[in-house]
Amino acid sequence: MTIRELKEIIHADILCCEDKLDAEVHTACGSDMMSDVLAFVKNQSVLLTGLCNNQVVRTAEMMDMVCIVFVRGKTPDESTVELAREKGIPLLITPHRMFNACGLLYSNGLHGGDSV
Amino acid sequence: MTDVIKLTYKVDGEDFTRAGEASSDLKGKLKKMNVPPDAIRKVAIAMYEGEINMVIHAHGGEITVEISKDCITMVLADRGPGIKNVELAMQAGYSTAPDNIRTLGFGAGMGLPNMKKYTDEMKIDTELGVGTTVTMRVNIA
Ligand SMILES: Nc1ncnc2c1ncn2[C@@H]1O[C@H](COP(=O)(O)OP(=O)(O)O)[C@@H](O)[C@H]1O
Ligand SMILES: [Mg+2]
Repeated sequence: MTIRELKEIIHADILCCEDKLDAEVHTACGSDMMSDVLAFVKNQSVLLTGLCNNQVVRTAEMMDMVCIVFVRGKTPDESTVELAREKGIPLLITPHRMFNACGLLYSNGLHGGDSV
Repeated sequence: MTDVIKLTYKVDGEDFTRAGEASSDLKGKLKKMNVPPDAIRKVAIAMYEGEINMVIHAHGGEITVEISKDCITMVLADRGPGIKNVELAMQAGYSTAPDNIRTLGFGAGMGLPNMKKYTDEMKIDTELGVGTTVTMRVNIA
């Protein structure tokens, strides 16, 4: 699916990099522990997280992730948005909690990729 | 690219929000040098975990990177407390990080295992009360 489709499915708002809305998302990863995210490389992946700091953007950057979704309506501060803008990583905010946001995406065909 | 390119980074041990700047800068430089994306990602992830460790466990330090046509070598040196039991520290899930670090998304005890996983060679030299030097090499396929 595209980021645009993903955004609709989880009723998200976009905070930056609107020009990337048509980029493809192929897999997803949901975690608040960044090292768990860093353990599994997937291509064209979206990161869903309840964590809201610069290191989320750094993690996505190192992993070449396509976008970040903050769950439960959490809003990152301006420095985090600025960093994401600089790195060209779209930030989205969904009102859904982690489990529901992941469930919505999963049931619409977005899967986690290999876990081993 | 026949020469060896050498870079050095200072890692500020007091500012968690800035941790990762060195890895980010290196990633950008490797991209410009047309290093294969797979190798760049391995280097970036391994160095990022190492950089985070320097900040959360060792009050910062210095990173030197050597880029040759066959491989990228990263040397992360700190004057932190050292690691008492390296074998234990290498185990997935082992962490001495305080709870406030966990609320920031790190301290799951996966850093060193991840660094090992993404590099072709990794060596830890450490001495209690003196510091730790982690050397990692990623081959360019
Ligand atoms: N540079 C370092 N200096 C001192 N201790 C370290 C260093 N790097 C790692 N350690 C020790 O090894 C443990 C495991 O490291 P790691 O696997 O990265 O997990 P985490 O950083 O999540 O605790 C740390 O909790 C810490 O006790
Ligand atoms: Mg660590």
